[in-house]
Amino acid sequence: MKPVARKALRFTVYVLFILLAALQTSAARAQTPTPPSDDAVNAIARELFCPICQNTPLDVCPTEACRQWRELIRQMLAEGKSEAEIKQFFVDNYGARVLSAPPAEGINWLAYIVPPVMFLGGALLLFQAFRTWKRTAEEPADGAAAGKRSAPAADDEYVSRLEAELKKRR
Amino acid sequence: MNESTQIPPRRPVPVWAQIFIWTGLLVLLGFLAVALFRAQQPIIKEGSAVPDFTLSLFDGYEYNGAEQVNLLELRGKVVVINFWASWCVPCEEEAADLEAAWRLYQPGGEVVFLGVDYLDPLNGLTYLTKFDITYPNGPDTQGRISSIFNRNMGVPETYFIDRQGVLRYIQIGPFQSAGEIQAIIDWLLAEQ
Amino acid sequence: MLAQFGFGVLVLTFLLALYSAGAAITGYVRKSFRWVESARLAMQLTFPLTTLAAGTLVYLLATNHFELQYVWSVVSRDMPLYLKMTALWGGQAGSLLFWSWLMSAFASAVTLRKWDRDREFLPWVVIVISVTLAFFLAMNIFFLDENPFARLWQTMSGDVVLGVFQPAGTFALTPSDGQGLNPLLRHPGMIIHPPMLYLGFVAFVIPYAFAMAALITGRTDDRWIRITRRWTLVAWLFLSGGLVLGMRWAYDVLGWGGYWGWDPVEIAALLPWLFGTPFLHTVIIQEKRGMFKQLNMVLIIVTYVLVIFGTFLTRSGVLSSVHAFAQSAIGPMFFVFIGISLIASFGLLIHRWGDLRDETSLGKMSMLSREALFLLAALLFGGFFIVSFWGILYPIIYEILSGQKITFGPAFYRLPVAVILGGLMVLMGMAPLSSWTFGSLKTIGRAIWKPAIPSAIAAVTIFALGMKNWLALTGFTLVAFVIFVTLYEFWRAAWGRHKTQGENIFAAFWNLFRRNRRRYGGYIVHIAMVIMAVGIIGIEVFQTTTQKSLAVGESLEISGYSIRFDSLAQFPTTDGRWVTRAVMSVSRDGKTLGELYPRYDLYPDGQPMTIPAVRSTLADDLYVVLVNWEDISQSQAPFKVYHNPLLIWLWIGSYIFIGGILVTAWPEKDS
Repeated sequence: MKPVARKALRFTVYVLFILLAALQTSAARAQTPTPPSDDAVNAIARELFCPICQNTPLDVCPTEACRQWRELIRQMLAEGKSEAEIKQFFVDNYGARVLSAPPAEGINWLAYIVPPVMFLGGALLLFQAFRTWKRTAEEPADGAAAGKRSAPAADDEYVSRLEAELKKRR
Repeated sequence: MNESTQIPPRRPVPVWAQIFIWTGLLVLLGFLAVALFRAQQPIIKEGSAVPDFTLSLFDGYEYNGAEQVNLLELRGKVVVINFWASWCVPCEEEAADLEAAWRLYQPGGEVVFLGVDYLDPLNGLTYLTKFDITYPNGPDTQGRISSIFNRNMGVPETYFIDRQGVLRYIQIGPFQSAGEIQAIIDWLLAEQ
Repeated sequence: MLAQFGFGVLVLTFLLALYSAGAAITGYVRKSFRWVESARLAMQLTFPLTTLAAGTLVYLLATNHFELQYVWSVVSRDMPLYLKMTALWGGQAGSLLFWSWLMSAFASAVTLRKWDRDREFLPWVVIVISVTLAFFLAMNIFFLDENPFARLWQTMSGDVVLGVFQPAGTFALTPSDGQGLNPLLRHPGMIIHPPMLYLGFVAFVIPYAFAMAALITGRTDDRWIRITRRWTLVAWLFLSGGLVLGMRWAYDVLGWGGYWGWDPVEIAALLPWLFGTPFLHTVIIQEKRGMFKQLNMVLIIVTYVLVIFGTFLTRSGVLSSVHAFAQSAIGPMFFVFIGISLIASFGLLIHRWGDLRDETSLGKMSMLSREALFLLAALLFGGFFIVSFWGILYPIIYEILSGQKITFGPAFYRLPVAVILGGLMVLMGMAPLSSWTFGSLKTIGRAIWKPAIPSAIAAVTIFALGMKNWLALTGFTLVAFVIFVTLYEFWRAAWGRHKTQGENIFAAFWNLFRRNRRRYGGYIVHIAMVIMAVGIIGIEVFQTTTQKSLAVGESLEISGYSIRFDSLAQFPTTDGRWVTRAVMSVSRDGKTLGELYPRYDLYPDGQPMTIPAVRSTLADDLYVVLVNWEDISQSQAPFKVYHNPLLIWLWIGSYIFIGGILVTAWPEKDS
């Protein structure tokens, strides 16, 4: 039990680390000379969500408001603002919903911790079961003990017969 | 060990697991029930008190010399709160009517109009200049004010608050005429 | 008149469903075969009745009966006939009726089977299905907003009210034209997508009903699984097909260059699939080994609850999403139904938990046996489920607690889902080679080296060809591995037949499929899955995009292609759309490859629709969109181009996939 738990802990830390790293990768990007290209604007808009629509990334949102927001990004880029500053501006003005995932701070840690913890809980249960099975499996297996269903169903019987035949021929 | 390779014993679900499962299910259902309840109901109903909020005004706008307005300080006056956005086409239909109504009531000092610019790119001031809007206006930063009134704000929406700070009338969508606005305000002014 | 007739039929069906459930209970209590038989026949009769009701509505839709609120809201005069008829599921009220119709079709089909060996299941199966059917019919009947047969009436004061019958003091209101279907939904994919999903959803009711019957009667052998095996496959086929069609629609119509946006409504449709898929696998083990009975019960119960849950989420207004379903009064009904299903199912399951013990001891199972690998796969699907479910649930909880909205976009899902899909591919490659119960490193190792060698060669080749992205390299290697393992399995068995039975190798292949369709059909599905994975890796890892405003004659460059803006035309169509259409020519290394026509349609109601032009080849897709339409002029227009490598394999894989399931599920002569 103990080593399993420790392994699990290490795994949790590892998973969390990966998740954090994924969050950070979208940080700074090189600034573009004026006027910023559509691609530079879209690169940032892609990471933001339209504040007034539901679940629509800003780079593909067709509404007039979104077009204006993209223009806003272009202006800010032209002023030399970094991607992080632009995102912060959007969060300050329109709320955390513009981010494509909430920042892992405060209560929002829950968003990132709960799935791995639950998954590991399931994994632990499974490994626990495996260990008991394995222990018994290491004892010599006698065919009769496996109960009434130990005779594999038809297709398996067929395949194993084939394999036996093949072996003989070799 | 060999006996156990026959049919395993009948093992019911342990009590702790049962408690765990039922609690989990009930918590889940509880959250869904609350979410459903909230989705079904408007946050604020006509007849209920409006929670306090502070609106920071745009540059060039002021109320009683201050750069922000606090709803609580407006107690005793009839308050008209209009949510709009520069990208909102129907808002333009009613902009002139609202301003006309404001100019009508401003001298009396008993009615206050507040314009709240709902999640707008930086074109709010352009819009205000275009329609020559003079009553206090400010941005709805992070949607904090609109979320008091309606989680799914669909501008324009206008809320009328009486002298006691109670929400009395909700207008979803634009007004057709300045007369409509006046009728509601006069009704609230008539109360003491 | 006709509308009232349709409504009457609905009410009659509702009563019949209730009667059917009541008669089944009576039959069970009194041990009366005749009551149960009567319940069975009543359930059978619901299908002709709902057919009549749905047929009536289709007729009303096709003949422009705009005095009906539903017809008015989804049909307009300019719509072609087939769109008017398929508007049956274009709105909420109609799609509920359509759902009921499908469910009664399945219910009737179930009553037609031979029940001699499973008499004790019959009353409970009838009760579960009839109650579910009655629930869906009730929403059409008891909520005027959801009643497809409700008419528009006008009061003297000018208000418009709804009612099946004329309310006092009103007169009939007949609008001259309807609103028409949302243009986004006027796409072949969107016409087939909802019925496919609904079929998948509804078909899962059947295995669930049998599982409940097994729990209630205490007949815990694998009989319920054997009966419902094909139903489950059919449900899974339609659910998978519905999901793929949804992707296709998103790709072809929405114009954002992708096929899956992690929108909550998409996820809600995916959730049952994440439980249904491991269920398909673990039932095999219960059939063969008498194991995992408890797990199978859990899986089917959760699958069914998720079907209802997904419908609830998308139609109750709890979720805010791009998928437009107006919030409505049916939310509380769905909630109560989910609550009852969950509590009753889990209560029963806990009650029977001890009886569902395995028939053979698990004591002999090793960690690398096929059973263990199936369990691992179920765990990974569980992980996938948790991530997706939490991505929907957390924003709901967060909004309750803080009043603020948050969004979970692709950034949240991408990494965990990629890891899980990778793990599933590893298992897809290992499980077919492992043996039941006694699998060990040695036995797997003995089988695995043959397919591993070509996979390694494939990996090295891909690397040598310049693939330096480790994520894609891992993915493609796993794809190769699964394909080689599966082909090896085919070859091993066919060669065996060839050697032992002297059949020629092609006949051996053919007989293989005939003799064990489930296994080899399943392998085809595996191959299809990893082929789809090729497309997904292609677009997720290698998608590039660029946007530029072009004057006529100018071109933009993307991934070696040159796309030139040749001309632009604007013209009206007969159905009132105003179309803006650009002509672009695509070339590569100076060689012209063809023309593309990205379009922008403005519907009469002001709704815009951007229709991308796509050039698909086996290697890549070029996807061109006209964007920022207000800047468009005859001489200058802004274009956004996506280069989606390998995407076509997602669609190719899905065709193979459907073929594989058909091989597996096609009825056999003996049963």
